[in-house]
Amino acid sequence: MKALASWFHRRGWRELIIGIPYLWLTLFFLIPFLIVVAMSVATRTPTAPPFGYGGENPILNFEGYGRLFTETLYIRAFVTSLMNAAIATLFCLALGYPMALGLTRVSKSWRNILLMLVILPFWTSFLLRVYAWMGLMGRNSWFNSMLTDAWNFVVPQAYTLNSIPMMNTNFAVILVMVYTYLPFMILPLYANLERLDPVLDEAAMDLGSRPFQVFRDVTLPQSIPGIIAGGMLVFIPAAGELVIPSLVGNPSSPMIGRIISDEFAQVRDWPMASTVAVALLILMVGPTMLYARYQQKAESAGAEDKP
Amino acid sequence: MTRRPVFLITVMCFGFAFFYIPILSMIVYSFNESRLATVWGGFSTKWYVSLFSNRQVGAALWLSLKIALVSASIATILGAMAGITLARFRKFRGRTLFSGMVTAPLIMPEVITGISLLIFFTLLANWIGWPGQRGFTTITLAHITFSMVFVTTVVHSRMTQMDRSIEEAAMDLGSRPWQVLRDVTLPVISPALLSGWLLAFTISLDDVVISSFVTGPGATTLPLLIWSKVKLGVTPDINALATLIVALVGICVILAGWLMSRAERRRLAEQRLAYRTNG
Repeated sequence: MKALASWFHRRGWRELIIGIPYLWLTLFFLIPFLIVVAMSVATRTPTAPPFGYGGENPILNFEGYGRLFTETLYIRAFVTSLMNAAIATLFCLALGYPMALGLTRVSKSWRNILLMLVILPFWTSFLLRVYAWMGLMGRNSWFNSMLTDAWNFVVPQAYTLNSIPMMNTNFAVILVMVYTYLPFMILPLYANLERLDPVLDEAAMDLGSRPFQVFRDVTLPQSIPGIIAGGMLVFIPAAGELVIPSLVGNPSSPMIGRIISDEFAQVRDWPMASTVAVALLILMVGPTMLYARYQQKAESAGAEDKP
Repeated sequence: MTRRPVFLITVMCFGFAFFYIPILSMIVYSFNESRLATVWGGFSTKWYVSLFSNRQVGAALWLSLKIALVSASIATILGAMAGITLARFRKFRGRTLFSGMVTAPLIMPEVITGISLLIFFTLLANWIGWPGQRGFTTITLAHITFSMVFVTTVVHSRMTQMDRSIEEAAMDLGSRPWQVLRDVTLPVISPALLSGWLLAFTISLDDVVISSFVTGPGATTLPLLIWSKVKLGVTPDINALATLIVALVGICVILAGWLMSRAERRRLAEQRLAYRTNG
């Protein structure tokens, strides 16, 4: 007992603090992840669990990776996912940037209220935010009929519609993605823009720049780390999204998340599901590295700012 | 900036309308008499009545709360340990792997976390017979794992910002390193622990994707119940449930904001008083 106490005082407390989360993450994150990587080169078998190595099958089976490049189902899913995620990210940026900039320009009391209003949807359920749009986009909803009326007013008679088909389209997926991920864009951008020194703006104004030139030459270049951070926080989860496309998306052009889930649960092809998962992760490595680099830069810049 | 930024204000108005119109519409339609969820048929509170008489909803809510409470508490302990490790223990074997393991879950798509844990639990059950049935335990373990890294991030950033001189002072006064941690560092980072716990709690309460993979027969959390109903289309009692959740969250946020601003005012007043008595 005494030996244990002295061990704890000397180095045990430190080893426990490092060791317990280390062990936990190894067991429940690293090992499951490595199993998926190993599963991606296994062969599908009709046994339970449905996979095997060796026997009459090759020990390492790269057939799944080949199928990724030859079967249109997978190619289309990857293209759809990346396109939807990229378009959603661009719209989030187009809407989120002016909002974040606006937040830095309003008075302090307003700013706190508006920031709270940006964060508030976060605390309500994600699923219910998607659901709210299902109500709006449906054929008979007030929102759809309002848009339909506007459409019919503008276009010639030959193109009039009874309702705008919004549900179960890629448009719906992008719209709901923008809706649910917009706070992820606004918050890092706001944090970045808020730190900028207004003196620089004033100096540029004094030197005769117009407001738009100040924005283009002073504000925008300084906010690139915020744009990258916000962009990655939207793009990465959007590319792997499962809930939004399942609820409002077009079932005939599924996204990668849906493919992984279906291969696993419906087709029961664990190796193929794992292959698609690994491929998605490989695609995510590039943007993540970019994000990490800028994040590090931003952190070291932040450290220099402090006295 | 003497000119009013008209463009920015316009976009902000549009943005906030975009944020809140769907939610407001959902609230209005929760009081709709008609069964057709998108057509207005007069005022009624019958969907709230049907919601409260639904046993399933109550059971799912209770399960979700239990999972969120247990997983947030364990995740806070583990996440705090990991945060302390990253912030204070500069050198130990496997540090690179460790910092990789606390970052990767943050960016891992939920679907992949879900299937990796499901495969892991299935294989484990095959090899050692545990977990015999998926449900409360497997969901809780999964939630702990992916919410602890958020706690780690919060704790880590708080610790890198904190003034280390008080820790050094305690050290100079003869405290052992672990006593410094217990008596100085932990109290200083306790607000971060609280916000980490809240974050883990809401993440757990909100999770659909990972739960849908690692759950088993009979273990339906509230998001899973909503998910299974919403997949079939828009139903009015989900509007009522959403309204209740929004109202609850709104009240909590306003209350928290009010408490925080009151504490801030009190702190400022005490500060002024202290200056006056000292000066």
